[in-house]
Amino acid sequence: MNTESAAPGAAVRPPDVASGGRTAALVRHLPTPGHGAGAEPQVLADRPDGTVVRFGPVVYKVHAADSAPAELAARLRVAAHPRLRACLLAPLPIALPPPLPSPRPAPGSASPHHSAPAAPDPVSATPLLAPVSDGRLASLWPYGVPVSPDDREAAPWEALGVLLARLHRVPVDALPGPVPPTRGPAKVAAALERLRAAPAPVATSPAARAVHRAAATLPAWARGAAPAPATDHLCHGDLHLGQLVGSPPTSPRADTAAADGWLLIDVDDLGRGDPAWDLARPAAWFATGLLDPDEWTRLLAAYRSAGGTAAGEGDDPWPRLDVPARALTVQSAASGLAKAAAAGRALEAAEQAMVDACARMTGVPTAPDTGLPASPPL
Amino acid sequence: MQCPKCHAPMHTYNRNGVQIEQCSGCRGIFLDYGELESLTQLESQWVQQAPPPPPAPAAGHAPQAYPAAPAWGAPHQGQHHGHHGRRRGFGHMLFSS
Repeated sequence: MNTESAAPGAAVRPPDVASGGRTAALVRHLPTPGHGAGAEPQVLADRPDGTVVRFGPVVYKVHAADSAPAELAARLRVAAHPRLRACLLAPLPIALPPPLPSPRPAPGSASPHHSAPAAPDPVSATPLLAPVSDGRLASLWPYGVPVSPDDREAAPWEALGVLLARLHRVPVDALPGPVPPTRGPAKVAAALERLRAAPAPVATSPAARAVHRAAATLPAWARGAAPAPATDHLCHGDLHLGQLVGSPPTSPRADTAAADGWLLIDVDDLGRGDPAWDLARPAAWFATGLLDPDEWTRLLAAYRSAGGTAAGEGDDPWPRLDVPARALTVQSAASGLAKAAAAGRALEAAEQAMVDACARMTGVPTAPDTGLPASPPL
Repeated sequence: MQCPKCHAPMHTYNRNGVQIEQCSGCRGIFLDYGELESLTQLESQWVQQAPPPPPAPAAGHAPQAYPAAPAWGAPHQGQHHGHHGRRRGFGHMLFSS
């Protein structure tokens, strides 16, 4: 499965050619949301892990076909909870198809052998998921303006740190449960499996061997080969710059308490886990040279000053972040090689930086051969 | 007096009894004959009077000009990248899983 997130407000990309017809049919059958009446549907993202369609001020996210419905519903209930209003965009109620006739007996006629139905929880009673024409489940969100990929100076590093700290500080016990676990180590294992399944010149290249050797230096739990230590913090599970949106001005839920109007989005990996795995992704970008020291410092300082604890107590966050940052670097390297192999293209500079870091983890100082077309000069 | 480099007017300042001229445009400094030696002499006197520097603080507790980085990190960590080179945009990876 492609793990790239397809989040509301994510960068606009044209639908895959192969799925264009299916996507067009899907969009035609989407019920026009009340908020977006009259707006032309616009496909913002269309990938195996999700399709995002905008109708004016709102977007549908059509979740991956292999999403577990119960876990997805639980994640949406968490996202809708008031404790998350200052860090995560809240889903909107979504119109469901007409319900089947209620099997619930009339009041007073309940059999004494059956307990009375529990009073509906106002949160769980709000429909947040609806099936769409191709059988997948959709959720509805306010449209948010994404971070510009072209304006590095404007990147909201402080907001990202503050929002992440706020999310990590939400007590899991206060949320509607059961809160599903995050899948950090499982995603590392899945990326390594994709690399093993890549065409031979790449799967057996020195670069692929370097990635597998780096993976072997990780604790077994960090690559999904053993149960992870029990951790019980609310985590985002798939943090990157595409997971931030500016609070939509038309949203009745826009919250001035959010960091400069920014909010996190995308609940597909939200859950209980180790918050260091969230912070380890930007940490890995810094370690591999994708982030400048000042960008990383701004994010980390904001995270800590907002009460985030995933960086540990001392000045040096690496005792806490090293294992997950290495694991995520292995994941990005494996998935970059597999994607490049599938597309028959060279590694992008950032993908190459991940592979090189894997080589250094096992003491190899030079860039290993990838079996891919030569990279263009930077 | 006019700056020999950028031709903006230069202003006179007194530094520890030494007259120096500084350009109001490029901030360049002009020293008359002997003024550099006077400043060097003053500096060495100050160093002799100063107490010995404190011992280097234990690793990990020093105020860090640059953030800590792991051993497997990219070389050139801790160096300023050119602020006009790769700063205009981001690679795709920072926007995807």
